[in-house]
Amino acid sequence: MKELFKKIKASQLWRSMFRHGYEDSFRNRALQITTNVALHLHPVTTSLLGSRIRHTFCLGGIALFLFIVECITGILLMFYYRPVIEFAYLDMKLLQYDVHYGMILRNIHRWAAHAMVVVVMFHMLRVFLTGSYKPPREFNWVIGVGLLVLTLLLSFTGYLLPWDQLAFWAITVASNMAAATPFLGCEGPFRELFGITQYNDMKFLLLGDSEVGANALLRFYVLHCAALPLVAAVLMAVHFWRIRKDGGISRPL
Amino acid sequence: MFFCGTGIAAVETVRFFFPRVVFHPPTTFKIGPPGGFVSGSVPDTYGVILVDPRWKRDNKFFVVRAEDRIYAIYARCTHLGCMVNWFEGEKTYRCPCHGSEFHSNGVNFAGPAPRPLDRLKIFLDVDDQLVVDTGTIYTVKHFDDKNAFVAV
Repeated sequence: MKELFKKIKASQLWRSMFRHGYEDSFRNRALQITTNVALHLHPVTTSLLGSRIRHTFCLGGIALFLFIVECITGILLMFYYRPVIEFAYLDMKLLQYDVHYGMILRNIHRWAAHAMVVVVMFHMLRVFLTGSYKPPREFNWVIGVGLLVLTLLLSFTGYLLPWDQLAFWAITVASNMAAATPFLGCEGPFRELFGITQYNDMKFLLLGDSEVGANALLRFYVLHCAALPLVAAVLMAVHFWRIRKDGGISRPL
Repeated sequence: MFFCGTGIAAVETVRFFFPRVVFHPPTTFKIGPPGGFVSGSVPDTYGVILVDPRWKRDNKFFVVRAEDRIYAIYARCTHLGCMVNWFEGEKTYRCPCHGSEFHSNGVNFAGPAPRPLDRLKIFLDVDDQLVVDTGTIYTVKHFDDKNAFVAV
């Protein structure tokens, strides 16, 4: 038996996946971080202050965790949802009442979304109150503002997808606010300067139509499921990379 | 050359997001002869005899019979565009989104709505039937324009 384990551990297959031993040594602890694709974003060593929960409350980490929860539950919901006005509401109801495990998946997706907005806000508040936006971290603050806007846009686009009365009128109200944009909205001030009508204004760009309809549903679906998460993932990578480049977390510089 | 190409690609990509054709249902509705809008009741403070909500649900307008005219009120709140409802008991239109309220003639008196409810084009067809066109909207300054009402 021992011989067998030894043989397996010596095989190329094993050694290609596990590149270091188990022994609790500084070298192996460092290798554990650097040889793992999920962990390598994390620095090999952090300052002692970085492990104090009340310096950060791990709000950024919670936001990342919620984003991952949203991705997993969202992908699962996509298997049963069709972004077409004939089926969207029906599919949402079927997900809740017929699809096995659908109710809890939909509710996890919904509540995690609410929580993500709240947590990102608190994260921003914490960074502001501890002065962590100051140079050299100012660039990362700007990336963070981008991520905040993306979180709100993800929340906004996801709001239309159930295609119920709440969704329909909420997006009607919000897109009418876009119509009030100065210069570029069909009900905004100075709209005459560029000949803006309800068929070429900001609201039309947002909805793909002059009112909430099939185009808006499909457009919001694509933004919600593909475009915005992709941009958010890229910005998050930059955000985490900059933390290390700017001196690590929760540490006065 | 490179910047020219990139510029054209950027502009055309923005234009890509503006569809050339949108599919809307027909905007004109025959609603019957003017004689069909009577109730026998006396005009209220705002000169309105009857508010007919039959076309609200599917076509988003109310037909209003006033003392000397018939007009069509667009059921789109002038605040942020939700559909207002008619409450026969209170004789008011109310918006479910932010609580704007309007008198029977569409004039706003409560909530955030900035102006009276808009009106739609209405005219008598050759067969003496009233036709409402939801494609043409009259704001408060144009309520006395031709086709904003039909005299009776």
